[in-house]
Amino acid sequence: MSERILRVALPVVLLALAVAAWAAVVRIEAIPPYVLPSPGLVASTLVADGPLLMHSLWVTLVTTFEGFALAAIGGIGLAVLFSQSRAVEYSLYPYAVILQVTPVVAIAPLLLIYLPQPLAVLACAWIVAFFPVLANTTLGLSSVDHNLLALFELYKASRWQLLWRLKLPGALPQMLTGLRIAGGLSLIGAVVAEIAAGSAGAGSGLAYRIAESGYRLNIPRMFAALLLLSVAGVCIYFVLSFLSHLMLRRWHESAIARER
Amino acid sequence: MALAGLDLDVRVGEFVSLLGPSGCGKSTALRILAGLSAPSAGAVAWPQGARRIGFVFQEPTLMPWATVAANVALPLELAHADRRKSHGAVQQCLARVGLTDFAGAYPRALSGGMKMRASISRALVTEPDLLLMDEPFAALDEITRFRLNNDLLGLWQALGRTVVFVTHSVFESVYLSQRILVMGPRPGRVMAEIAIPAAYPRDEDFRTSAEYAGYCRQVAQALAAAMVGERAT
Repeated sequence: MSERILRVALPVVLLALAVAAWAAVVRIEAIPPYVLPSPGLVASTLVADGPLLMHSLWVTLVTTFEGFALAAIGGIGLAVLFSQSRAVEYSLYPYAVILQVTPVVAIAPLLLIYLPQPLAVLACAWIVAFFPVLANTTLGLSSVDHNLLALFELYKASRWQLLWRLKLPGALPQMLTGLRIAGGLSLIGAVVAEIAAGSAGAGSGLAYRIAESGYRLNIPRMFAALLLLSVAGVCIYFVLSFLSHLMLRRWHESAIARER
Repeated sequence: MALAGLDLDVRVGEFVSLLGPSGCGKSTALRILAGLSAPSAGAVAWPQGARRIGFVFQEPTLMPWATVAANVALPLELAHADRRKSHGAVQQCLARVGLTDFAGAYPRALSGGMKMRASISRALVTEPDLLLMDEPFAALDEITRFRLNNDLLGLWQALGRTVVFVTHSVFESVYLSQRILVMGPRPGRVMAEIAIPAAYPRDEDFRTSAEYAGYCRQVAQALAAAMVGERAT
């Protein structure tokens, strides 16, 4: 119990100290807000620009969620396809890897040329989020207990039963790990694409606000938007972790507290 | 090649053990009987109509994401059995191995012995003609193993199924079987066949009797001879 309190208390104390130090430095050195705004100014900007920033946050979150959903469907679907046909796996896997290792920052400008901007941003979110789902689900599907496979064979299970009753439930822990990574990456993909599109000036997502504020030397707003992005990322991570815990808590070792 | 010229004749309702050192192909023979592996030569002949098989693996091999009841119901569900009928069969099979109270539990909550009971219960749920068991109790502690030995004999006598039991324990094979086939390694083949004509029900009195010790000595000698045969070749 005391350990649990420490795990929350220590980061909070550290944050408070850092913010206090930040405020003190800004005040003592009399740093102008266009170089480094004080925490208080960031907070008041967050309130003052609240409606604008919240709207932008909403736009970015919608893109993130759509990219994540597409990555989940595409990644799991393709992994299932791979598990059914080796030919498909051998043909497509290298290209999935190439898509993954090519930095999305480098792809984004190109996508912006060929696709309308919202679609290009969505495509970037999908590209970065898709691979971890695919890779982890593929691993899960191929690491099924061999004795259970023999058991299903003994009782003459169909391909469908094998997939639905054995492989997919068995792959669930790895699949959820992939999805948890994908949630954060999807946000990163959306932000990168918005920044890349920023110069085109047509966007309204949160990352676009950061780029725009940068051009206008509105540094407090940059900080406020950045803060919102971080909070959004943390929330996505916790929501996905919680869902994963809910789905695994009854049977998987990872979700069970060890007896000491 | 794991096996050579293995000729195995199992009578209906019989309890036979395959006894041998590791690597002598006991498990391979069992997998061939189950149809999980194909023999490179030869065939398995069955009496008419009798083909339903239950298999108990070395590990409990339960699906960790499913409750005990769902694990036991699996063979019936894979065969698209009627839900209501299979529910009754599952309850009955759980009761037979004393797991009625654990129907809704997940495997991780069960002890090693209870997991094995669940596994045996699953093998029995299709009412198999032939029960194949691949060193099912090898990983259990001795106390649990003795208790499961007794329970298995009780089930066998009550249900009258044919059992082929693979083990590397002389004591276990003598305690359980009517007939022991001692196998030698490389290539795996039957080196000796020993009948254990002691009467059933066998219990702890039998386990401590001079008769039991005598059979154990006889089987242990046959096993030692089978191993010597390996060194000579």
